[in-house]
Amino acid sequence: MDIVLEARGLTKRYGDFVAVDRLDLTIRRGEVFGLLGPNGAGKTTTILMLLGLTEPSAGSVQVLGLDPARQPLSVKARVGYLPDQVGFYDTLSARENLAYIARLNGLNRKEAGARIEAALTKMGLEEVMDKAVGAFSRGMRQRLGLAEILMKHPELIIMDEPTLGLDPEAAREFLEIIRDLRSEGITIMLSSHLLHQVQAVCDRVGLFSKGKMVLEGPVDVLAREVLGGGYHITVEAEGDAGLEAALSEVEGVQRVQRAGPNRFVLETTGDLRPAVARAVVEAGGQLLALASEAPNLEEVYARYFQKEANHARAA
Amino acid sequence: MLAQRSTPASGAAAATRREGSPWTGLWAVVSKEMADYLSSTRMLILELITVLTAAGTVFTATAQLRETVGQDRFLFLRLFTTSQEPLPAFVGFLVFLVPIIAIALAFDAVNGELNARTMSRLLAQPIYRDALLLGKFLASLFTLALVLTTIWLLIAGLGLLRLGVPPGGEETARLLWFLLLTIAYGAVWLALGMLASILFRQPATAAMAALATWLFFTVFWGIIAGILAQILRPVRIGLPAELLAQAQLEQALSRLSPNVLYTEATIALLRPEVRSLGFVLPSQLQGAILGAPLPLGESIMLGWPHMVGLIAGTLLLFALGYVLFQRQEIRA
Repeated sequence: MDIVLEARGLTKRYGDFVAVDRLDLTIRRGEVFGLLGPNGAGKTTTILMLLGLTEPSAGSVQVLGLDPARQPLSVKARVGYLPDQVGFYDTLSARENLAYIARLNGLNRKEAGARIEAALTKMGLEEVMDKAVGAFSRGMRQRLGLAEILMKHPELIIMDEPTLGLDPEAAREFLEIIRDLRSEGITIMLSSHLLHQVQAVCDRVGLFSKGKMVLEGPVDVLAREVLGGGYHITVEAEGDAGLEAALSEVEGVQRVQRAGPNRFVLETTGDLRPAVARAVVEAGGQLLALASEAPNLEEVYARYFQKEANHARAA
Repeated sequence: MLAQRSTPASGAAAATRREGSPWTGLWAVVSKEMADYLSSTRMLILELITVLTAAGTVFTATAQLRETVGQDRFLFLRLFTTSQEPLPAFVGFLVFLVPIIAIALAFDAVNGELNARTMSRLLAQPIYRDALLLGKFLASLFTLALVLTTIWLLIAGLGLLRLGVPPGGEETARLLWFLLLTIAYGAVWLALGMLASILFRQPATAAMAALATWLFFTVFWGIIAGILAQILRPVRIGLPAELLAQAQLEQALSRLSPNVLYTEATIALLRPEVRSLGFVLPSQLQGAILGAPLPLGESIMLGWPHMVGLIAGTLLLFALGYVLFQRQEIRA
């Protein structure tokens, strides 16, 4: 797979404050990459540097094989950027707003017209195409922002907090759109602090803290690293007191918690349902229900920062 | 000067030129901004104000001028310069109307985009900031020129109707120069308004700052220039040389104000009998026929430094705004 975006030792300083500290990042074609971290961790600054909208203090960036600081026009023509809290000219219609951007991209009128209609239709805005944007909801604006990007036929889309401020339904729709784009082979990088949403769409995530990328990889790999597994298995079984002990002896089970009279929650390194079922039966219990839950990014995140805090206290 | 941008990054990056023309997308910006201006309510209000003053002053001026039709070679120019209590002459109105129009057009050029959160979307397109800023400036300049030209034609038309005398060739030429001068005067205030819109995030603050500057030059600068001249060139014994030095310094200082430059140049263009904008000693007037008009070329030469001064002021303010805008980090 070829590399769409590569950053090496990327650093941004504002006076003494280091906003981004020696960031290394590689994104391959067709990937959805999630940049995670609390507010103020340096996510937006990183994105601005990747786009050439602000100059790095040190380090290098290659986007689509180009340096955004030296060839900003080529980079910006091929990369779509959806800023957080995207704004439009409220008095102009959706179509007029996009027409201006199309002109800035050097598209001729005919080509632009066709692309605008296609993009707006794809985003479900064909009904309101000629309405002033002032009356649009947040979700519609967000989709209009995405329509603007699609109109450019980008190879890479960078989104900053795309689901922030959307109601749950609009957020879900938006994530659906991201999945669609991914299936079309467009590379996407998005930043967010809403972890469950990121987990739902990202192939790989990077955890950002105080300007540093502290963890990076697919969600399940991270879960194994940080949580030592991160799977949760809920067992409902009737049996004697030996059941709990039997469950904790299953290989790969890290912790057993009693969640009710006949309920146990196991923390495991993987999906161990068959082994757990066997253990219950072998211990003479009656298995009533068994459910497994994949690792949760939120937990990875919480656990990681908890560990960090403990380290800091110990040191 | 405008095409280069300093890159604070590593030496290698600073040495390379930027890719492509800095003016990519310039005309897209200009046409969009002009369309915005021309359809805005703000524009309508400004046009109403100016048309009212134009009509008002022309009607009073023509009422006076009709008495003297046929006696004056430059009758048409008088349309612009004749005042009748309580209304000042049209040029007198322009001195303070043009800055207000210009500031009203430019005060939210940059911060308006920031507040509407459209700026980062714009800058993510394949254009440079150069094109955005210059495009906005040109759009406001063209709009201002359009308004001023309309009013100019309106006055000429009203004058034709009311006076019944068409303007001569030289008068037309003088009036065209006057129009150009007025646009140059407006450009200074446009550049100032735009600078304020870069400096201040709130459009209201930017408008207030620009208007305060205008007020300063309109009301206070003349007074300050007088006081400064008295301090720097005091009249100790009362020699004519001392008086002259003080008056000359006062005039030089007062010319830092665009209002003064515009007024003086207007006088040179629209009152052909004016031979000098500075001080004339009786000895220098020997052999002169007082009241005889200067040829057009000479009148233009008289106001030329003022015009150049106005253009230089515009460039200076624009360049300052340009540097600040290039360094601004756009996060929203």
